[in-house]
Amino acid sequence: MGSVGAKDIPELLDANGKRIDGRDLNELRPLKIEAGVLQRATGSAFVEWGENKVMAAVYGPREVHPRHMQENTKAVVQCRYNMASFSVDERKRPGLDRRSQEISKVIGEALESVLFVEEYPRTSIGIYIEVLQANAGTRCAGLVAASVALADAGIPMSDLVPAVAVGKVAGKLALDLRKEEDNYGEADVPMALVPKSGRLVLLQMEGHMTRDELKTAIDMGVQGCHKIYEIQKEALRKRYSIAHDGGDAQ
Amino acid sequence: MSNEVSTEILATHVLDLAKSGKRLDGRALDEMRHLHITPGYVTSADGSALVELGDTKVLAGIKLEPGTPFPDTPNAGVLTTNAEIVPIASPEYEPGPPSIQSVELSRVVDRAIRAAEAIDLKGLCVTPGEKCWTCFVDLHILDDSGNLTDAALIAAMAALRNAKLPAERFELGETKPLDVRHFPIETTFVRIGDAIVVDPSSAEEGTCQGRLTIATDEEGNVVAMQKAKVGAFSPQDVAELVERAFVHGNKVRAALGQLG
Repeated sequence: MGSVGAKDIPELLDANGKRIDGRDLNELRPLKIEAGVLQRATGSAFVEWGENKVMAAVYGPREVHPRHMQENTKAVVQCRYNMASFSVDERKRPGLDRRSQEISKVIGEALESVLFVEEYPRTSIGIYIEVLQANAGTRCAGLVAASVALADAGIPMSDLVPAVAVGKVAGKLALDLRKEEDNYGEADVPMALVPKSGRLVLLQMEGHMTRDELKTAIDMGVQGCHKIYEIQKEALRKRYSIAHDGGDAQ
Repeated sequence: MSNEVSTEILATHVLDLAKSGKRLDGRALDEMRHLHITPGYVTSADGSALVELGDTKVLAGIKLEPGTPFPDTPNAGVLTTNAEIVPIASPEYEPGPPSIQSVELSRVVDRAIRAAEAIDLKGLCVTPGEKCWTCFVDLHILDDSGNLTDAALIAAMAALRNAKLPAERFELGETKPLDVRHFPIETTFVRIGDAIVVDPSSAEEGTCQGRLTIATDEEGNVVAMQKAKVGAFSPQDVAELVERAFVHGNKVRAALGQLG
């Protein structure tokens, strides 16, 4: 938690229960998703979510590199979540730190949970997430983008995967934390939902919550995910209508 | 490849057993393996503990050294957790940079210690902004027979409770026990078909459809969680597993508490 030795803790909730950016506790930041933003990738998506800007590309199914990672019964899902050095206040050293490695692992596993990997033995499905601008919730933004990019690539999967974090700020549960709330809040629970099954494929937590708070937090997150799901579907509908009209719709 | 065939046979077998409420090693679905803790196993460390959870063996060693606080936390000491899965732990070991498994393991254990505020980091500050104690929690995985996470955090907590702040060695006052304030314990579950089992063996981890680790503290808080592996849990599953994690965590806390 960022509270150890912190200098000035900002007021996270005002007298009217509004958050630092004027949102209600269960209100998402503005979310825009665009599918098919990159030329060379099999599928791609761009997510602008509050002050987050995240781009995802999908390649494959294609040959596995390195070869020894190939599996005879299913496609290998290779996921890489990476932050640009300039995406955060203090320059981040380029390349995958341990945090990025862990996030790559849990996002890859979350998405593999909805992919029909058995259909593509001896191949690789590559999911690449680049965080260009970060303001808390980048793993969720990355997952949301990657999920749309997989659909854009036409890779069969059982459902899209929306994701969002619920946290605790000034003692209250709040949906979709922004940076100050994440840094000075008391807990953070990122999650990803498979709407059709109602099950969670990503779930992490850090901080302090009672079991009842945690239950409520997951309910809030699930509801938030359903809203994000609609925006994901809309992005794909838009992509298909443009593709269908030869690219000059609107 | 025979390996794939045997893996599939094992997976089917584990799944069939789980359907009738059974497990490969004869345990009940909610039964953890025998836990044995040896505090002070390594005298060269400032604190240590060997944990044996069934056949899984994890040795935790604590080293405390003077260092510099991080610029954003000038009034606090530094906690660093590292897990090393060494070649003797399993035949799957591959040389090279730390595997993603060991990175995840150390981060999930670190998260529980940090979020529970298990050690008083502010108390490890010597001169604000200049000098503090750095607490290294190093986890040496000796035998990977499943559920490294739970074993590693138990080892870390037992070692921290066993640790002495070596102030005399660095002429920083009197050597005294490390101030351990909270007691997080992680409980890991895996899904096998429709069943969810606690404290998975390596065979169960290898064939599961999702893994969930829940860290609880002694005050009734959930302090950390990590869902891993391909698979999913419903919100109802999670609520149920949180209850099971408290029951299990309190048992382990009681066992560890008896060690003093």
